[in-house]
Amino acid sequence: MLEVKDLKVSYGAVQALDGISLTVKDGEIVSLIGANGAGKTTALRTISGLEAASAGSITFDGHDLRRTVPSRIIGLKLAHVPEGRHIFPEMTVEENLEMGAYADPDGMESVMQEVYVRFPRLKERRRQLAGTLSGGEQQMLAVGRALMSRPKMILMDEPSMGLSPLLVQEIFAIIQEINRQGITILLVEQNAQMALSISSRAYVLETGHITLSGDARALLDDARVKKAYLGQ
Amino acid sequence: MSFSLFFQSLINGLNLGATYSLIALGYTMVYGIIRMINFAHGDFIMIGAYTLFYTVPLMVQAGMPAWLAVFAAVAVCALVGILVETFAYRPVRKAGPMSALITALAMSIFLQNLAMVLFGSRPHNVSGIFSLPSVTVAGVTVSLNVVLTIVIGLAIMLALQLFVKNTRLGKAMRAVPQDRDASTLMGIHVNHIITITFAIGSALAAVAALMYCTTYPRVTNDMGTTMGMKAFIAAVLGGIGVIPGAMLGGILIGLIEVFVRLFAPGWYEAVTYGTLIVILLVKPSGILGRSVGEKV
Repeated sequence: MLEVKDLKVSYGAVQALDGISLTVKDGEIVSLIGANGAGKTTALRTISGLEAASAGSITFDGHDLRRTVPSRIIGLKLAHVPEGRHIFPEMTVEENLEMGAYADPDGMESVMQEVYVRFPRLKERRRQLAGTLSGGEQQMLAVGRALMSRPKMILMDEPSMGLSPLLVQEIFAIIQEINRQGITILLVEQNAQMALSISSRAYVLETGHITLSGDARALLDDARVKKAYLGQ
Repeated sequence: MSFSLFFQSLINGLNLGATYSLIALGYTMVYGIIRMINFAHGDFIMIGAYTLFYTVPLMVQAGMPAWLAVFAAVAVCALVGILVETFAYRPVRKAGPMSALITALAMSIFLQNLAMVLFGSRPHNVSGIFSLPSVTVAGVTVSLNVVLTIVIGLAIMLALQLFVKNTRLGKAMRAVPQDRDASTLMGIHVNHIITITFAIGSALAAVAALMYCTTYPRVTNDMGTTMGMKAFIAAVLGGIGVIPGAMLGGILIGLIEVFVRLFAPGWYEAVTYGTLIVILLVKPSGILGRSVGEKV
């Protein structure tokens, strides 16, 4: 479904991604784990067209994303829940959800009802400004907003960041549930333990290079992963 | 002060104020979306006014109501707004706020001089746009022309507010300044929204030109400088970047100007500009603006 090949991205003289390749197949949850500054967020931002690649290819569902206008990517049914949530703070919860359906507003009402069933808190607070929500609620809103576009695949960047352990459990349960409904997921996480436990496969990113990849269970038991990312 | 004089001044103040409001909206909408003070914005009144000067007689000749010329002015201003944004501002957008500011100042000088070359430096008179009579109610004589322009100004502001609040495009216009990356991820083409914002802001200046020319039918190539400066003060007073703030600030500056002129004719400009200094000292974010740090 998503295929990234030899992707290179640089910020000035800094090579943020130095030729990474990864694939995500239909229906999978794949995680990209790694330390701060390894280039995980850059990878997702480049797939979504927010950063420009200097070399390599990104193919989603047969479309060349490097040749796609960034604002058209959501129309291909590839959504992105960015790091730090990036909700619209001065719009109401409901308006934020509406923005999620901006690219494809037909039948928005029924999708919104589904989102409200999944996230009853959002329904309770739908007239409230999104900036006044708690961190956990904002994360729910960011996920709900992505679901509004009826995506085939979602790129999720650090969904557990800044959340309490209880909420982390909840958000990972939600990710699994969304995946069971047929949405493919590429997950970027610092919480490697949680990410690996719900993924089928994973890639380990270190300073712009993919150093390890494979079955998520196997990586959980890998000595190098244990030492570097699981604190064991 | 007699009631008649007070009421007369109130009407004049509202008329001038609504004109300022419409111009202030252009400053505030552009600032809201790209954090840039478009110092060439005032000159769009001049562009609108010259368009009226040339199209009002055409309308009259064709046997149509003169005010229909405002549609020509709206179209010309919106088009020039789009051209200025695309060819002058967009190329320097990534170069930082100072470059943008200097480009805007240069654009203002360019537009004024272009107008001087095209139309000469001699003032032009816009012939009557509205020809409604004046009526006397309870001893107060009111020009219905002026009342009509106030109604038009307020109606446009209400329409703009509803548009921004409720339509898909309006919501996109609110989303972009809040989070540009997230807007792109939602499928909003940010550059298109910026261009549309310039077009709408410039079109509002055309309506302001109509209102202004109804009362003061004199058109010069530099008429935008003072008007633009006062509308800018209005936008800052109300809270720059906040749409209802521009409306409120405009009305206030209009009323302040007219009433100060009534009591101390020589002082009105000093008071208007003094208002800017006071607001910057007391509440730099403006009356309706929230005091948040500069957004990054």
